[in-house]
Amino acid sequence: MTRTGTDRRWSAHGIAAALLMLMAVLLMLPAASGPAVAQVNPTTEAVKEEQLMQALDRVTGRVSIPDQKAATLIQVEGQEWRAYHERTLAWIGGIAILGTLAVLAAFYIVRGRIPIEGGLSGRTIVRFRWFERFVHWLTASCFVILALSGLNVAFGKSLLLPLIGPEAFSSFSMAAKYAHNFLSFPFTLGLVLMFFIWALRNIPGRVDIAWFMQGGGIVGNTHPPAGKFNGGQKVLFWLVILVGGAIAASGYILLFPFYGTTIAQMQTAQVIHGLLAVLLIAVILGHIYIGTLGMEGAFGAMGSGQVDLNWARQHHSLWVAEVENQAAEEGRRGVPPSAVPAE
Amino acid sequence: MARLKFLCDADRCIECNACVTACKNENEVPWGINRRRVVTINDGKPGERSISMACMHCTDAPCKAVCPVDCFYNTPDGIVLHSKDLCIGCGYCFYACPFGAPQYPRVGNFGSRGKMDKCTYCAGGPEPDLSAAEYEKYGANRIAEGKLPLCAEMCSTKSLLAGDGEIIAAIYKERVLKRGYGSGAWGWKTAYKETIDV
Repeated sequence: MTRTGTDRRWSAHGIAAALLMLMAVLLMLPAASGPAVAQVNPTTEAVKEEQLMQALDRVTGRVSIPDQKAATLIQVEGQEWRAYHERTLAWIGGIAILGTLAVLAAFYIVRGRIPIEGGLSGRTIVRFRWFERFVHWLTASCFVILALSGLNVAFGKSLLLPLIGPEAFSSFSMAAKYAHNFLSFPFTLGLVLMFFIWALRNIPGRVDIAWFMQGGGIVGNTHPPAGKFNGGQKVLFWLVILVGGAIAASGYILLFPFYGTTIAQMQTAQVIHGLLAVLLIAVILGHIYIGTLGMEGAFGAMGSGQVDLNWARQHHSLWVAEVENQAAEEGRRGVPPSAVPAE
Repeated sequence: MARLKFLCDADRCIECNACVTACKNENEVPWGINRRRVVTINDGKPGERSISMACMHCTDAPCKAVCPVDCFYNTPDGIVLHSKDLCIGCGYCFYACPFGAPQYPRVGNFGSRGKMDKCTYCAGGPEPDLSAAEYEKYGANRIAEGKLPLCAEMCSTKSLLAGDGEIIAAIYKERVLKRGYGSGAWGWKTAYKETIDV
């Protein structure tokens, strides 16, 4: 150690620094003698899962991976969706579909097949042309497969899986999933075409109120007048267009996961999709019944496209009158009558 | 029998993402899929915490309950596994899962989902233990080798704990008592319907 070093140690700068340090220590003494606030407690401000859950029902943060949906740490809505899917939908769907089948069976037992009054006349009248029938069957065949594959997702594991085993059921469900995904497109096309060819004929009118007042002729033996489509058919038409449209829209949201949607929106879409689908299935079961088993002479409308004149007079009196008037007018003008099928 | 669980001690996690990387490497996880990820809550604010999250292998697992083809099963240790042979890629387990664990490789048209992939607790799948088929579909089976999941085993701060639920809960409790604080066992209430009270 050199003399200069010793000198510096006791220099004016050194003494001043020492005094400052002493003062600082003296100033801090009262704080240290008080309560122990100096100890660090990181949890005083730490985020707590429970607080976050109470605020938002979900916990979201930041992730450093590209998959930004992974930033949601916990979403409890999944539990609600599970409860809906496993209990609510199963009950509503079961009651809607089995209930409708039971009602139809009871109706068939009580009322039997509704006959054509006066029997077949032997003369037919064109009810639906080939394009109308094509659109109907396009939509109908897609709907049947969509409905069955959809029901398979909801009920297959309880009904079909125990019967055919996990491997066969899985292969079937995989095929059903692809059918469900791809047939949604022709089904939607069918809905759009149906709207364009039948919407004008399905605008509700005063006649429909009278038709409903008389129970549509389903209850009792009256035959309320109706145009090409009666009140019940108009209700069916708008149910198919609106409910079917909503099912299609919610389905496309599910078909394109995370295309601008969040998981909560996809859960909601799935709930809407499932509930409306079982509703429409129940409605269509009624439609299938009345078009086949429930009424004599009705199937021809969508089968060959022609119906017996007596059937048409019985159920669509105003339409028959309209067609006959038109035919008479065309006859006067020398046009071949449209009541004669051109096919 | 042990009931295997995960526990992330958020007060120790430093968001190094080593668990994420270890998982991807150990299990040859497909491109675009992260079986484990680290989420930072209150990022940059006071009280910020990072939590490493993957499948929590829930008690009464929601994915298992909603699966339309019933492809999930529990091992005797309580690990939730699934069969990729049975999975149809419908996406229902993703709607139901509280932790966003199930993921789907994108195959084919529009949003078509492939076979679901998720954390297996490094326990493989239904194929024979340590077979090539098992490794290809599900990744490593460290449980069959008597080891714990790699994410937890190599966690540098021992934030992520894997093992029997009671043992890891006891370790966490001891830590909280010793250091005087703890932000809780994240996800435990949702996954196991219990919390760790200290």
